[in-house]
Amino acid sequence: MAVTCTGADREMVLTISGEVDHHGAGEIMREMDRQVDAQLPRRLALDLSGVTFMDSSGIAVILRAFRRVGELGGQMTVRNVPAQAGKVLRAAGLERIVKFES
Amino acid sequence: MKPVNEAAITFLSRSANEGFARTAAACFAAQLDPTLDEVNDVKTAVSEAVTNAIVHAYPDTLGKVSMKLRIFADNVLEIVIRDWGVGIEDVDRAREPLFTTGDEQRSGMGFTIMESFMDNLRVRSVPGKGTTVTMRRRISRRLSGGAV
Repeated sequence: MAVTCTGADREMVLTISGEVDHHGAGEIMREMDRQVDAQLPRRLALDLSGVTFMDSSGIAVILRAFRRVGELGGQMTVRNVPAQAGKVLRAAGLERIVKFES
Repeated sequence: MKPVNEAAITFLSRSANEGFARTAAACFAAQLDPTLDEVNDVKTAVSEAVTNAIVHAYPDTLGKVSMKLRIFADNVLEIVIRDWGVGIEDVDRAREPLFTTGDEQRSGMGFTIMESFMDNLRVRSVPGKGTTVTMRRRISRRLSGGAV
């Protein structure tokens, strides 16, 4: 499964694994939307520790989660970013928009 | 200048081939003994170029995408990704960060990432005829065997 969800009391951790490219992004977004709509998190941590490759499709995935959680009045952070994914996200300037936990 | 080595593949514009293309490019580049960071940069740039061809060049049809890989003297890797799709009306505008004609699943950062991950990027496009993206990256020479 590309997206797994843990947490309770509207504190949610979504763990994304595998290759996040255009081919896989659609399914990741659908699953992410489903989980967020079901749990209405106050706080969402997007855990990228299992991501083995990410291109600019991942930027759209993260921004989508950020917007949806924001619409619900919640906060989102991104954690455990592998080096390759981190370089892509930094090239897009994403750390100016989304909070990255170290 | 004549290449030291070259390879070419052609594939259909199916999204499953994004992973195939970047892995094939990484395998070809392996003969230059790149660092992990260099391999990842090449894979990321190829993924962006091939995704553009799949998403934008052939929006409603399946078409052919070709990838040529060449190695030149001085450890320069050249990757040429070509399609025969709709083409780009305004290449300069397409290369601007955040510009996209795609839906909200696209970020508009593809060309920006290709530019920042490779040494050199050239985009040639003719509307109605197709697009050719040429990228170059010099792979660092590593000293082996602990020599200083």
